Amino acid sequence: MISKLVIENVKHRPMRSMLSILLIGVPVTLILTLVGLSQGIIEESAKRSRGVGADIIVRAPGTSMLSFSGAPLPEELVPMLAKWPHVKLATGTMNHGAGGLLEIVTGIDVDAFNKMSGGFTFLEGHTFERPDDIVIDQYYARQRKVHAGDTTELLNRPWHVAGVVAPGKLSRIFLPIKILQDLTANRNRISQVYLKVDDPKNIPLVVSSLKSKLGDEYPIMPMEQLISLTSVDNVPGLRPFINVIVGIAVIIAFAVVCLSMYMAVLQRTREIGILKSLGASKWFILQIILAEALFLGFGGTALGILLSFATRALLAVFVPASLPQAIVPEWWPIAGLIAVGAALLGGLYPGLTAARQDPIEALAYE
Amino acid sequence: MNKSIISIQDLRKVYHVGKVDIEALRGVDLEVPAGQFLSIVGPSGSGKSTLFHIIGGLTPPTSGTVRVADQDLAALTDSGRTNLRKKSVGFVFQKFNLLPNLTAADNIAVAKHISGTANGNDQEFEKVLELLGISRRLNHKPSSLSGGEQQRVAIARAIVNRPAILLADEPTGNLDTENSQAVLTLLRDLNNRLGQTILMITHNPEAATFGDRTVHMRDGRVSV
Repeated sequence: MISKLVIENVKHRPMRSMLSILLIGVPVTLILTLVGLSQGIIEESAKRSRGVGADIIVRAPGTSMLSFSGAPLPEELVPMLAKWPHVKLATGTMNHGAGGLLEIVTGIDVDAFNKMSGGFTFLEGHTFERPDDIVIDQYYARQRKVHAGDTTELLNRPWHVAGVVAPGKLSRIFLPIKILQDLTANRNRISQVYLKVDDPKNIPLVVSSLKSKLGDEYPIMPMEQLISLTSVDNVPGLRPFINVIVGIAVIIAFAVVCLSMYMAVLQRTREIGILKSLGASKWFILQIILAEALFLGFGGTALGILLSFATRALLAVFVPASLPQAIVPEWWPIAGLIAVGAALLGGLYPGLTAARQDPIEALAYE
Repeated sequence: MNKSIISIQDLRKVYHVGKVDIEALRGVDLEVPAGQFLSIVGPSGSGKSTLFHIIGGLTPPTSGTVRVADQDLAALTDSGRTNLRKKSVGFVFQKFNLLPNLTAADNIAVAKHISGTANGNDQEFEKVLELLGISRRLNHKPSSLSGGEQQRVAIARAIVNRPAILLADEPTGNLDTENSQAVLTLLRDLNNRLGQTILMITHNPEAATFGDRTVHMRDGRVSV
């Protein structure tokens, strides 16, 4: 009977119910989009790291494994490491921030990189031929709305898009390493060296021998370890940022339900009086209000989840390369608990007000 | 003579409105035997509704003795009064007071649910619904029922749990003459057939004649 009362109440004022559900849904979407973005960016970056085909990465002392720019290593390191026992292939690459949102240009030694990674899959065009040629991946091409043969602006100069490749290999924007080094005044300097060993079993051996030779201050690690380090907790400030957004979402959901249910209680003063005249206890009245808050909380959660698919679709249209959003179903119950918890809390005060109402005054309410 | 189902001695009720005390009842004495249909008439402000609210457990008395269906109302807590409303009294109001979102059937079902007697078919009550003439209108919401039909649904809701006392506060106040007659006849019928004790407040002396006995109220007191 309580569920019938709640459903009829919700149906009786559809506009108020829909608005409440929408307003609870928005913070749920906010949480899911943010978590989805963090996860999406990280998963994408891990996928691209794997796509290099390397077993070990060597970076310069003092650099973070997750930093994106700078070229502190001498290029002579590459031939030296290529001759290291058990190392089959070595290639140096250089990263340079292109200024846009998470836009990084990567300079590669095309032949060595192709050997290590198995080569690009060209969806359009071909590899570097002209000095102003650039190769980009499919997502970046979509974001920039360019195709092979078009011209695009990057690093304050125009580039000819030579080819568009399938995503998933190291970066989204590629230049021959020499060109990027010259352009950024980093001649003969690189950001990291990728190594492929003859047998995966030898990875620990190579890492330890490199560390003993180059020094412990060099961040040298197996690629799998680098990929496992790529998580929300290893991106500085990301976890507190997510927590702040979740906190804001809780406050919004709480305030929305509190206001909505308070309004509902005022509108239904007379009905509450009627129920009390029939012998309804305070707990019965509180249950009706809380059940409605619960309904709005669940409705808001469902809508929020649906809207997170919409934000993903929107981001995929406008910024597919920079902001890949994952759908993270593990967070659905968490976002749901937050929304429902805030809704129940928001329904509590109006519910108690309703339960305490004087039946005679309530019955006289017009 | 039946045993008194309502027994009131020197009942007083004072309302505090801001810093002003309003004495709504100033020593009411009243005995109502079980099975009686009592009409209470009196001008506005004479204390009729306050008397009803106290007998119905909507508000506690300030002083005096009130026994309703063997319960001492002065000794009842808030939850005790809630129980009284649930089990022992049924209300019929001037403005019908049906829940607007629910059908007539659900309005009656809510009362059954609250009293904890929701399960099972009640053939006897089916007959009451026939008597009330609303069997075919049960699936309609109040907004699509006439005033007379709404009041009949309200009466059905008030007696569905077999209360010891039915309290009707101006039950014909919002009805035209024809519907008023029908509702009063119904109340008379319920009293005759089921032995339902009924207390009815009315302004209308003609309506009062439907009862077995009429008492008058003036200035917070009962005069026979």
